[in-house]
Amino acid sequence: MDTIAGLFNYWIVIVLMMIGFYVVIADSNLIKKIIGLNIFQTSVFILYISVAKIDGGAAPILEDGITNYVNPLPHVLILTAIVVGIATTALGLALIVRIKEAYNTIEEDEIHEKDGTL
Amino acid sequence: MLVVTALATVFVRDLFAVIMLFGIYSLLSAGFFLNLNAPDVSLTEAAIGAGISPILMLGTLALTRKSLAPSAIKSKKKAWLPIIVVTLTGAALIYATLDVPHFGDPSGPAHNHVAPRYIKESYKEIHIPNIVTSVLASYRGFDTLGETFVIFAAALGVLALLGAIKQGDADDYRQFSDTASLRRHNILHVISKILIPIILLFGLYVQFHGDYSPGGGFQAGVIFAVAFILYALIYSLSAAQKIISPLFLQITMVIGVLLYAGTGVASLLNGANYLDYSVLGQDALKGQHNGIILVELGVGITVASVMLSIFYTFAARALHTNETSEAK
Amino acid sequence: MMNLLLDDLPALQVMLPLLCAPLCFILRIKGLPWLIAFVTSILTFAVSFMLFNQVADGDILSYAMGGWAPPWGIEYRVDRLNSFFMLLISGIGVVALLFARKSVDSEIIACKQSIFYSAFMLCLAGLLGILITGDAFNVFVFLEISALSSYVLISFGQDRRALTATFQYLIMGTIGATMILIGLGFMYMMTGTLNMADLATRLPEVMNTNTIRTAFAFIVIGASIKLALFPLHIWLPNAYSYAPSVVTVFLAATSTKVALYVLLRFVFTVFGAEFAFGEMPLQHILMFMAVLAVLTGSLCAVFQTNIKHVLAYSSIGQIGYMVIGVALLTTTGLAAGILHVFNHAIMKACLFLAIGCVYYRHGSARIEDFKGIGKTMPWTMAAFVIGGLGLIGMPLTVGFISKWYLVIAAMEQGAIGAVTISIILIGSLLAVAYVWRIVEVAYFNEPTKEKAKIKEAPLALLIPTWIMALATIYFGIKTDFSVIAATNAATTLMGAK
Repeated sequence: MDTIAGLFNYWIVIVLMMIGFYVVIADSNLIKKIIGLNIFQTSVFILYISVAKIDGGAAPILEDGITNYVNPLPHVLILTAIVVGIATTALGLALIVRIKEAYNTIEEDEIHEKDGTL
Repeated sequence: MLVVTALATVFVRDLFAVIMLFGIYSLLSAGFFLNLNAPDVSLTEAAIGAGISPILMLGTLALTRKSLAPSAIKSKKKAWLPIIVVTLTGAALIYATLDVPHFGDPSGPAHNHVAPRYIKESYKEIHIPNIVTSVLASYRGFDTLGETFVIFAAALGVLALLGAIKQGDADDYRQFSDTASLRRHNILHVISKILIPIILLFGLYVQFHGDYSPGGGFQAGVIFAVAFILYALIYSLSAAQKIISPLFLQITMVIGVLLYAGTGVASLLNGANYLDYSVLGQDALKGQHNGIILVELGVGITVASVMLSIFYTFAARALHTNETSEAK
Repeated sequence: MMNLLLDDLPALQVMLPLLCAPLCFILRIKGLPWLIAFVTSILTFAVSFMLFNQVADGDILSYAMGGWAPPWGIEYRVDRLNSFFMLLISGIGVVALLFARKSVDSEIIACKQSIFYSAFMLCLAGLLGILITGDAFNVFVFLEISALSSYVLISFGQDRRALTATFQYLIMGTIGATMILIGLGFMYMMTGTLNMADLATRLPEVMNTNTIRTAFAFIVIGASIKLALFPLHIWLPNAYSYAPSVVTVFLAATSTKVALYVLLRFVFTVFGAEFAFGEMPLQHILMFMAVLAVLTGSLCAVFQTNIKHVLAYSSIGQIGYMVIGVALLTTTGLAAGILHVFNHAIMKACLFLAIGCVYYRHGSARIEDFKGIGKTMPWTMAAFVIGGLGLIGMPLTVGFISKWYLVIAAMEQGAIGAVTISIILIGSLLAVAYVWRIVEVAYFNEPTKEKAKIKEAPLALLIPTWIMALATIYFGIKTDFSVIAATNAATTLMGAK
């Protein structure tokens, strides 16, 4: 019982991760793929931030009289990762716009048909 | 809640709804971060995940939907393969969690090796209360430099892909923008006149108060960009571009990255290691302070100009496509 | 002053190209971005050469970014393994940029060239940053710099398929990077550190946990996507084929190599060979995948009609050889694998440069375009043949040397060795098939009328091509340098348990 309670949070994160991952690899619409990628990444962020949590710990901004803080390092890493994520998203979306202009569709199957590949 | 929203994105096929759901999802995760005592991350996720990304996604949608017949929903041929891959990955992850320290457990190794020094010593060594800022800008300042270049790369990519096709397009936008209904609302104009300066002020506060409270260059940069995006949405793109031209943004984004990287070079020239700020002031603490302010400013300038520049590029493309499709 | 900068060589290695990128972007006077990029790449090469010499006798250089001692700050760590890789990557960068001026002028419109060179320098800096860093999370950050900038570079391709190829690469690449991120997260959970050397000392305590096993699996899979190891290679052929010529040259010779480095670094240095191959069945999996890669890659290459596709599939096969060397799990095997990284980079660069010349004149690289090209563009084709002989593994070329060492390493093993040798033989025969097909068309078919007028490629393109062609022969005859460097790198890796 203790194990379940202690790990429940991580399992939820994993479910989220897998939903995002599924959308990325299974959906044929390019915009949805990007959204799936975002969900996948965001859930990894949640995983990291969950690691940082310490019961009873305060936000990592020093104040007199508080000694128990949550771990600041994962926060820093995730700030970095969020910005990397938006960079990838922006680039992916720009590509989608160009793909639409070149193929007049944003469905993966139709693109393959038009190229005659796969 | 998060699971429900995420699941919904799988089954809803209307892209507009999916994007909205994704915005909600981001906002929920931002709330969750706050709950986990990560205010800095929460602020960033709210601004980026629920602010910038949906705007860009909607922009893309607007650009790709035009004249696109709703695609026939095809039977997914190989639907089993993704399901197997996902299940396997998920199972591996669950398997992995069986041995991890429990959620919130203070005795986990993550909390007892590198992190304690940041908590205990950072005030002595850097003298600012926000530990996240100290780690971000100083201890692991090089990561942050790297990521500033990542978004710079993204701006390069968007400009390369969607950048202006020919000069002189900008003049045509004005006619188009007059017809858009949003820009005729007087109430919106009045509200925005009050709101936008407040957002900008808040941005400045987040930028320069980041040492003491949650915030810093990223968050401020995004907030700044949002203020101008709002302006562009309510007035018009050309009105916004009159205040800040796309070329100006390209110059400022270069200034931003160079400010960060240049601070590092300044340390080098002063005989210290790259990005060692302690030589940048009369004493080590002063130097750390100066260094952090400079690099945070660099980050802020870069992020704001990159985000706004990306928005401009998308919006200009949208206007361009609209015109050509109307002309047909 | 000079002394000061000498101490900071590790930082300069990455900062030079990184600082150069925004300058290229903003200084849009014709020709200037190229000049800045070219000069910087030469300086970068000089820096990597100095670093290479500094660590040649087995020292390890450690450089603390921001003056914070690791594991609190980020550490740059130069040893004989990554200095060899950096030398290779920055060298290829110089040659590619030499080629770029003419080739980019013809393939990319003038107003976007500054963006192109800026992205190119970012990509170079990103790859070097991955190689030099001693911090696991920093690897992720620089992986993304190089990844995003290579998406930008590939999307400059003229064919509309460049766009879809980039998109596919973006999706696969981001999944790979996120997997690495998950793996790092688990490692951090169990050890509390992100510094590689520190991880290596702290991991053994928690080695026997599900978490670390999974972390290991995720990092290996993430790196394999970037490495394009079979069956995770699907992004590679299109990305290489539709990118601008220079980009193909640069990426084909560098980016998968850097991914292999990431794999080696994590498997051998961070986790340790004992764990990776004792505890986890990595040896068999890698060997199996590598063998499949050699066979399918080479076989697919035989049936392609676009020459760039032929070479891209051949790359997948060649990556297989490198991984076979690694999976043999001996110092000689590892040395052979690393040697092949070096040699393959040289000959693939030579081949893609030659194709770049053809593309410059013909505007495409389909096999029909090669009809009679042996007569119209003799110098280009001669370079192509040299590179092709390298792929087959003919003596007097670099290809022979790496296969020779691979066979020697395989002979030390019993049954696995015999299988490996036969795979290498089959792969070489397939290489004969796909190279010969092109050579036959080039020399024994008459050019069509309008193609007969086409002249030899300009000197500005031929010079870099021939530099690589000569390097293919030079390092195939005078092997001291590359063999010693590769062996040293392998010893460093194996010793770093």
